[in-house]
Amino acid sequence: MTTRTRRAAEDPVAMRLICIAITAAFIIVLLLLPLITVFAQALAKGLGLALSRIETHDAWTSIRLTLIVAAISLPLNTLFGICAAWAIAKHTFRGKVLLTSLIDLPFSVSPVVAGLAYVLIFGMQGWLGPALRLWNIKIIFALPGIVLATLFVTVPFVARELVPLMIDQGRDEEEAAVSLGAGGLQTFFRVTLPNIKWGLLYGVLLCNARAMGEFGAVTVVSGHIRGLTNTMPVQVEALYNDYEFVGAFALASLLALLALFTLALKSLLEWRYAGEIAATHRH
Amino acid sequence: MPVTRQADRRRKPDALPGFRLTLGVTLFYLCIITLIPLAALLIQPWSNGFHGFITILTSPRVLAALKLSFGSAAIAALVNMVFGLLVAWTLTRYRFPFRRVLDALIDLPFALPTAVAGIALSALYAQNGWLGAPLERIGIKVAYTPLGILVALVFIGLPFVVRTIEPILADMSLEAEEAAATLGATRLQTLARIVLPTLAPALMTGTTLAFARAVGEYGSVIFIAGNLPRVSEIAPLLIVIRLEEFDYPGAAAIGVIMLIASFAILLALNLLQRRLARR
Repeated sequence: MTTRTRRAAEDPVAMRLICIAITAAFIIVLLLLPLITVFAQALAKGLGLALSRIETHDAWTSIRLTLIVAAISLPLNTLFGICAAWAIAKHTFRGKVLLTSLIDLPFSVSPVVAGLAYVLIFGMQGWLGPALRLWNIKIIFALPGIVLATLFVTVPFVARELVPLMIDQGRDEEEAAVSLGAGGLQTFFRVTLPNIKWGLLYGVLLCNARAMGEFGAVTVVSGHIRGLTNTMPVQVEALYNDYEFVGAFALASLLALLALFTLALKSLLEWRYAGEIAATHRH
Repeated sequence: MPVTRQADRRRKPDALPGFRLTLGVTLFYLCIITLIPLAALLIQPWSNGFHGFITILTSPRVLAALKLSFGSAAIAALVNMVFGLLVAWTLTRYRFPFRRVLDALIDLPFALPTAVAGIALSALYAQNGWLGAPLERIGIKVAYTPLGILVALVFIGLPFVVRTIEPILADMSLEAEEAAATLGATRLQTLARIVLPTLAPALMTGTTLAFARAVGEYGSVIFIAGNLPRVSEIAPLLIVIRLEEFDYPGAAAIGVIMLIASFAILLALNLLQRRLARR
């Protein structure tokens, strides 16, 4: 699609110009303006005030909590993604299609519904509520609940990158390694991992963006205790509802910067390692 | 599981180790994180009997919230279908300055936390906002109306449509289009009879994904919606409100309906995928 000398499949100039104009206007108004608004609102009363709002105790604890949640959920979901991809992509078994659908299930379930499901099990009036109270274990309105809710919404991210990639790569190299006497782990670390590392990074990157930014599921289980169970997005909501707009948008700016960093790194991976990440991203 | 035996008969003995372990870990993890909690949700509303469940669902406030969520998600998905097709077409077929930047921006709704998108859209479309002020002057109110919900849902759904059809568009050979043109078809005829039918399954898949996401969307909507009961209160918000009132059966009843809708959407997607794969 580089040099287009074939005129028959080409659109008239007028149509091209109209399409480009509508596309540019649509993307700028719908996507770019909200992004700029975040930074503009944060800096509306100067950089100093915005920074001072980030340095408050509640903002700091929300940042810390968000980092802790991501630090727990990322390794777990990465391990899960690798296991799922190894089983699905390198082996044949019945029910594979069903298993793949089940892994993707969180994408079509509302995050609020996910949070609700955990409250029904672990909440005060939930199934395990009385038992948990007896043993003095707090899950809902505490860190474990927030981690569980985050795990739910980010389950598919790593697996869905690795499965198509590892199916593409086949199992010849691994079979060769095993026939030469390599063990399972050795085969994985020496043969498979080098082949999938950029795809894995791609999946982890998207998983991290969602884990740090999740709001719907976390808001249900967090209990909104400021300086304790508010993650960054939940704290943004709390400040916004208090008409603390500078504080809300200042904290939101940090999340927007994370989003921009994610997009930049994602574009770089797609461009630089196009052949080594899943087939669907090659364009 | 009798699963492996059947597989073994079909091909040579499995040379790669770790199948049982990795499949076991996968199933165990899925059960703990997603399947058991969702099963618990499916059982909960029947504790008051089927009648209690129906009573909750047919209350005017719940009905209005469900209608609003599904209705505005459907409209937003249709808007995204039209504009997503146009955007994907332009970004893959034409070369122009800043194309790569515009293309990278498409993924912004995936990367930007929904709460951030929500307060940004709300500030943008508020009476004194950059877009809200001029729109107000021509008599259009977006923020704190159902129209605001639509804007948020279009924002959140666009990448699903664009990213699903882009690879198909990029892989599509120009030969069929050229043949049609050689045989005397106008460009419009070629687009309608050759390009659109080829894209149709992917376009349907992308639109369904956008719809699924929009139905359950919470963060980007609640700030701009106004959240007036029976007017601009979406179903996920009503679940949160019921939970805050410790009305578990009330929350669970709405949750079950939304979960069943999710399963139906997933089934439709699987059928679409099968059609895509057959092509």
